[in-house]
Amino acid sequence: MGAERKQYSYRLSLGERLRQRTGGPIRRLLRHRLATVGTLLVLAAIVCALAAPLLAPYDPLEQDLRFRLKPPLWRAPEGEKFLLGTDQFGRDVLSRIIFGSRVSLAVGTASVLLGGSLGLFLGLCAGFFGGWIDDVIMRLADVQLSFPFLILALCIIAILGSGLINLIIVLSLYGWVVYARLIRASVLSIKEIEYVQAARAIGQSTAKILVKHILPNVIAPFFVISSFQVARIIIIEASLGFLGLGVPPPTPTWGNMLSDGREYLQEAWWIGTFPGLAIAVVVLGINLLGDGLRDALDPKTYLKS
Amino acid sequence: MKAYLLKRLAHGLLAILGVLVVVFLLVRLTPGDPALLMLPDLAPADAVQAMRHQLGLDRSILFQFLIFVKSVLSGNLGESIFYRRDVLGLVVQALPVTVTLTFGSMIIALLVAIPTGVISATRQYSTYDNLTMIGVLLGQSVPTFWLGIMLILFFAVLWPILPTSGPGGWTHYVLPCLSLSTYMLALITRLTRSGMLEILNEDYVRTARAKGVTEKVVISKHALSNTMVQIVTVLGLQIGTLMGGAIITEKVFALPGVGTLIIQAIELRDYPVVQGSVLMTAGLFVLINFLVDVLYTYIDPRISFASPGSR
Amino acid sequence: MPLPVLRVQDLKTYFYTGAGVTRAVDQISYDIGRGEIVGLVGESGCGKTVSALSILQLIQSPPGRIVGGRIELEGRNLLDLGTREMESVRGDQISMIFQEPMSSLNPIFSIGEQVSESLRIHRGLSKRAALDQTVKMLELVGIPSPERRVSEYPHQMSGGMRQRVMIAMALSCQPKVLIADEPTTALDVTIQAQILELMLSLRQELNMAILLITHDLGVVAETTERVVVMYAGKVVEEATARTIFRSPLHPYTIGLLGSVPSLDNVTRERRGRERLQEIPGLVPSLDNLPAGCNFQPRCARAMDVCLGQEPDLKEIEAGHLVRCWLHA
Repeated sequence: MGAERKQYSYRLSLGERLRQRTGGPIRRLLRHRLATVGTLLVLAAIVCALAAPLLAPYDPLEQDLRFRLKPPLWRAPEGEKFLLGTDQFGRDVLSRIIFGSRVSLAVGTASVLLGGSLGLFLGLCAGFFGGWIDDVIMRLADVQLSFPFLILALCIIAILGSGLINLIIVLSLYGWVVYARLIRASVLSIKEIEYVQAARAIGQSTAKILVKHILPNVIAPFFVISSFQVARIIIIEASLGFLGLGVPPPTPTWGNMLSDGREYLQEAWWIGTFPGLAIAVVVLGINLLGDGLRDALDPKTYLKS
Repeated sequence: MKAYLLKRLAHGLLAILGVLVVVFLLVRLTPGDPALLMLPDLAPADAVQAMRHQLGLDRSILFQFLIFVKSVLSGNLGESIFYRRDVLGLVVQALPVTVTLTFGSMIIALLVAIPTGVISATRQYSTYDNLTMIGVLLGQSVPTFWLGIMLILFFAVLWPILPTSGPGGWTHYVLPCLSLSTYMLALITRLTRSGMLEILNEDYVRTARAKGVTEKVVISKHALSNTMVQIVTVLGLQIGTLMGGAIITEKVFALPGVGTLIIQAIELRDYPVVQGSVLMTAGLFVLINFLVDVLYTYIDPRISFASPGSR
Repeated sequence: MPLPVLRVQDLKTYFYTGAGVTRAVDQISYDIGRGEIVGLVGESGCGKTVSALSILQLIQSPPGRIVGGRIELEGRNLLDLGTREMESVRGDQISMIFQEPMSSLNPIFSIGEQVSESLRIHRGLSKRAALDQTVKMLELVGIPSPERRVSEYPHQMSGGMRQRVMIAMALSCQPKVLIADEPTTALDVTIQAQILELMLSLRQELNMAILLITHDLGVVAETTERVVVMYAGKVVEEATARTIFRSPLHPYTIGLLGSVPSLDNVTRERRGRERLQEIPGLVPSLDNLPAGCNFQPRCARAMDVCLGQEPDLKEIEAGHLVRCWLHA
């Protein structure tokens, strides 16, 4: 009964009143804190990737079959210890995870940068030139969206072969549509306003005006979109690695490790668990950061909370 | 109504055309002689010659494309190099597994997400809501295949109540569907919640209350129905994500679906199968999206009459 | 004196936000007699809509709350009612129509469905019976070919028609009181006249009381019998419509009337003055009210006592109440 009466009766219990007055501000504060947590996680991942040789206790490629499939915190009689255990070739899981962050972050950032640039360019063309160019570009977007992306990625990798560069190229196709649509909408709206003035202005300055007006509107959403895209691309990269279509072994990638982990799940659960945990933590951090960015850059959502 | 559906139909047909073009280019762009790619390694010379003729390799590229389209439409997707069977048969055999997986996950996601989102919206900032939002965050951050592995670890290895992998009865689909549904579950919960929050402040909801409609009915009939309209718009795209995820889930759980077929075919360089299964999957996806569009016209009366803009 | 159908007594509705307390409605009292048309007048933000929503208890509970007072419907205090009981009052004994006809109807349900909903809830009618009654109601409010219209959707209708639908919806259960919150503000002037006429004729037929909330004095002059003037959450003057226009007492009321252009300068006050008089200053924000009389900062005739103490609402002559130290 209490729940029913909440919204439109004026008689609220003390507890309910308290919660409603503090719940909103608490949520806002937490979001702030969560965004900070996210930023820290992302920074930690970046540090891992950049300083991998310094942080990793072992060479990720070094095999030692004496120590294969050893559990976490296992100590060898000679004194070597493996915090997170070893895999089927005796390689240290922790070191491989640390080095794996390089691939994930590199692919994530590179693909988003590439995809963003592609989207920016195509969106500008579509909006600026209009006409058949606009149609073609929008149709291309539609065709791409009519494939589940993973299948498309599979096919292209099947043709091009696996490898870091190919992977980046394929994944940069993931998000260009979102960027393109954003820019296109922005250009179109500005075009309408400036149309009257453009009649008097010289051709060159129209282009300059477009750039000057579009950029400030678009920068904030670009950052927010990009952060969420990096998160999704890291997961897709790991998926492809899991399927054996990512960066080929022996390079340690989180996806590869998860594939091995699945194989040895019954005997060595740690091989699959920790890399996945790493992915989850990094992606979580990026999502928190993205949420925070979105709240910070759009005062409306921030107040609504 | 008609105008909108016709436009969506045209859209769908264009998409299928796009799919055909892309798949066609797939094999053409793969390094190597297309005829040799379609045949087993040690095929005799006359077989190669026959294949060359069949593919129309001695004619223009446009002609080759037309031959390709013609054979696809007549149901001939070629013959698998590895299995020595028609590709269409192989795909059709594998399809039920993938479809069960995809739709099973979707149903789980919708059944859980929508009530959760509604309750969360009506109890904003409560403990329930906060827990839900944490769940949403986790659900969108955790890679589904890792979740699948963890589920196997806990419910099949450490505590063996469910099978670890392989095809079989419905118990073999429990863990796969659970792991695959996670992302969509989180997404739909979030969308339902934000949609409800927005709609519960709309004027027409106030009108309903002013009429004396019970709050329960206001929520379930007046507000939720409008939220569903918002959700259906993302449904089509989400099914695509699910299909992609199904491929990976099939590998985790060793289910003999279309995904396993494609992966295996790529490893074995069985190009006819790759071509055929991608075609079927993409075609299915286009069809499902079209059906979602049709569904949309039944839900939102405005669409029938408003000018068919892009959604 | 017969019992008023609706009596609002010392109503207080406050909003609690992070910025403090907003006294949207601060001790408002007015009566509405059976079949009477009362106009509730004031600028935007003076609390008239909030007082109306309070009657139906449609105030968003965080952050608003009805803090005190009584709202009596034929003697029964509505604030004592439970949720279920209040739900049965809404739409049945007291109905409300709102300002924005464009957004006040659910876009995905048909007109027929939405209007018959009240009938099915409050009168227990079957779907068929309710629909028949709906057609009759649509006809009553002047919608042409109502049998066709019942299966149409809101977006297929113009603003004026939608407002008629809203009226049909509100009156379908023949309520004792109709609260109309700025029903014509969002409509064309010509449509305005039609809607007002419709409301008047229906009032006649159903002997229904109307609380007409508006900031448009023209509408007040034409339609209402009694007027309640509100300022910054308080009633500042109350009288019959004729009295308000002929001999307004409160400086705010005088200012309001002086700022309305008129074709014939009837009031003694305005004779000789051709320019429109505006009231200087701005409406105070309701969480930061001045000490003493709320209107004092903008009042041309403010006295010392106005700064220190707030005047009470006093009955100066029969049926004419003013809250002002000039007439205390």
